[in-house]
This record gives sequence, structure tokens and C-alpha cells, in this order.
Amino acid sequence: MFSGEEVADLLDRLGVTHVVTVPDSTIGQWQPAIERPGRVRLVRVCREGEAWQVAAGLYLGGALPVLMIQCTGLFESGDALRNAVHDFKLPLFSFIGYRSYLNQDTLPGDTCLVFTEPVLDAWKIDYRLITSAAQRDVITEHFESCRARGVAGAIVVAEGKA
Amino acid sequence: MSATVETAQRTGMSAKEAIALVHETRDDRDIVVTTMTPARDWMLLSQHPRDLVLVPSAMSHATSMGLGLALAQPDRRVIVCNGDGSMLMNLGSLVSITGAGATNMIVLIFMNGTYEVTGSQPLPGGRNVDFAAIARGVGFASVFEFADLEDWRARIGDVFAAPGPVFVTLRVRPVIGEAGPKSPGRATARAQEFMKALKESPA
Repeated sequence: MFSGEEVADLLDRLGVTHVVTVPDSTIGQWQPAIERPGRVRLVRVCREGEAWQVAAGLYLGGALPVLMIQCTGLFESGDALRNAVHDFKLPLFSFIGYRSYLNQDTLPGDTCLVFTEPVLDAWKIDYRLITSAAQRDVITEHFESCRARGVAGAIVVAEGKA
Repeated sequence: MSATVETAQRTGMSAKEAIALVHETRDDRDIVVTTMTPARDWMLLSQHPRDLVLVPSAMSHATSMGLGLALAQPDRRVIVCNGDGSMLMNLGSLVSITGAGATNMIVLIFMNGTYEVTGSQPLPGGRNVDFAAIARGVGFASVFEFADLEDWRARIGDVFAAPGPVFVTLRVRPVIGEAGPKSPGRATARAQEFMKALKESPA
């Protein structure tokens, strides 16, 4: 949907300082562009729960991080997310790959399609679903809106090939 | 009480005395992150503006929080006081720390072999886990282990000056029956005060 260069340019424009990530086959393709010297610092972690707390530490330390993880990693993240976003009320912003969303007709049965959005609702994360490149302005608008309101937010990026 | 815990009670340092030496050695500019039993003992000693007490916490994530702080504040030292139960729950974070090149971190594990705050149930592995070997294996630049308070007192200055990231196992005795740590105040307000303290006092 987006090239790595497009995502890296966007992160630069938004003032993001660090991307904390466990990759999947879509968002992982963005890494070479994101970590090019002079751009955003990429922080690789071993599981997604870590990513929320590393991002929390970055934010408390004065940086402006975002997370990039797959929805399966969101499922793994629960307690770490709860503590950072709800106990400490840190307005962390995430990009979440929505596995199989664009393959629903050809590859039905992935339960990521059942649980991803209800889990985001349960954790009270204000998210926007992006299903085509034409919606790129939604990312900027939502990021800036969440920053202005001081709340956590997410962009859910539809993945797969229809 | 399990045999494992009974044995643990007879060996190692007092955790309170061991962390008191950290308090004495900590530089004013340092960030100190504490959680679980070390947080309970630390709060008796320190109310420094650059203390981050992770109570309430997401158990195991003090090292991850510390990594984020270390990357955001590369000119400060970040000292993480963690329990062994918490460390076991997030061993991968040690790899993330070395992978990120966070040379300004000191990770201290207060190893008592138990989940002390829930009533001192034995950990999987008890007191047999070789954290130092794990730390060396994932690339910590300096790795230490202490079971004797006077040895820890004599060497703590060297440990804090060693090339980072630094990993220290402190073998301490479990304390049976003592209450777990209580939050020192609303987490939201403490987060705001902590951020302000970092901004107002450049490293």
C-alpha cells in the first residue's frame, strides 16, 4: 500500500524520533527506508509487549516514538499496553498491521479478522483503518488529532493482496 | 514454605542493605527505575525527582522502560532495579538493550528465587538460573555477580564506572511476609512530574 520511502517521509514530517518495532511481512519492508541515516531511529525489540514499554520510556524521556507491530503482536501486548496507556496515560501512537484484511475473500478464516478491532476497542485505543493508499491524509490527521488531545491512537494498516 | 525458599533464606545479602548501597552510589543526574520488591525497598530510601517507581507496573517491563529512557536520554545513566521473577518474564529485553547499543544502562537483578510480593512462591529455576551467563551471552559489556554485602560495598564504585551496558546479579535473601510495594501516588501525576524533572535538569 505504501512504500518505505513514503512512510519514512511521513514519519519525518510528523516529527517522530523513534520507531519501536517487531516487523511483519508488510511493515517490515519499510525498515530500510526508515532507518536510513539522518532519519528516524529504529528500535528493534523481541516481542510486542516490550515495544509499548520501550515507547513509554522514550516518551517519558522526551522523545516522540511510534510503534509498528502486527495485530498478532497487539494481542500479545495487553498488560504492557494497559500499564503505559491507561495507568500512566501516555499518548502512545501505533501502526498496526491488519493481517489478512485484504485477503478475506481468497483466504477466509484468519481469526485476526475477528479480534483485531474488538481488541482495540476493548483497550480504548482510538484507531483509524486504512485500506488504500488514497487514505494517506487520514494518518496525518489522526496522528495530529491524538497529539492535540493527548490520547493514544493507532493506524490500522490493512494487509494482504486481494 | 518450600525447601527452595528455606534454603534461599539462609544465603545471600539483605536486599534492603544491598539497595541502600545503590542509593548511596547513585549520581544526582541518574535515572533510577524500580519495580516489585526493589521498588518497596527503594521507596524507603529515596523520593528523588528522577526516580521512576513502576508501581503499578506491567510486570517484567522495568528493563524495557529503562531502555526507552536510556535511548531518549543518552547523556544520563539509567539504573534499573529489577526482580528475578520479573527478569525471567522478559529475558528478551536484555537482547533488545544490547541490540540497541544502550551503553548508558545498568541493570541490577535482586535475585531471591521467589515471587516475593505474592507470598514468596518459588520461581521456575529457583536460585539456579545463571543470569550472568545469560547477560554475557547477549552481549552486556560488563557483568558482575555478588552474594556478599561487603564485597558489593567494596566494588559498587567500580561496577557503576564499568563500560555499559552493565549487568549485575545481587543474590539476596527473600523476606517472607512483608507487604508488597504500594504506589507512591497516581501514576499519571508521577509521570508528568518525572518528565518535568528531566526537562528542568539537563544531563
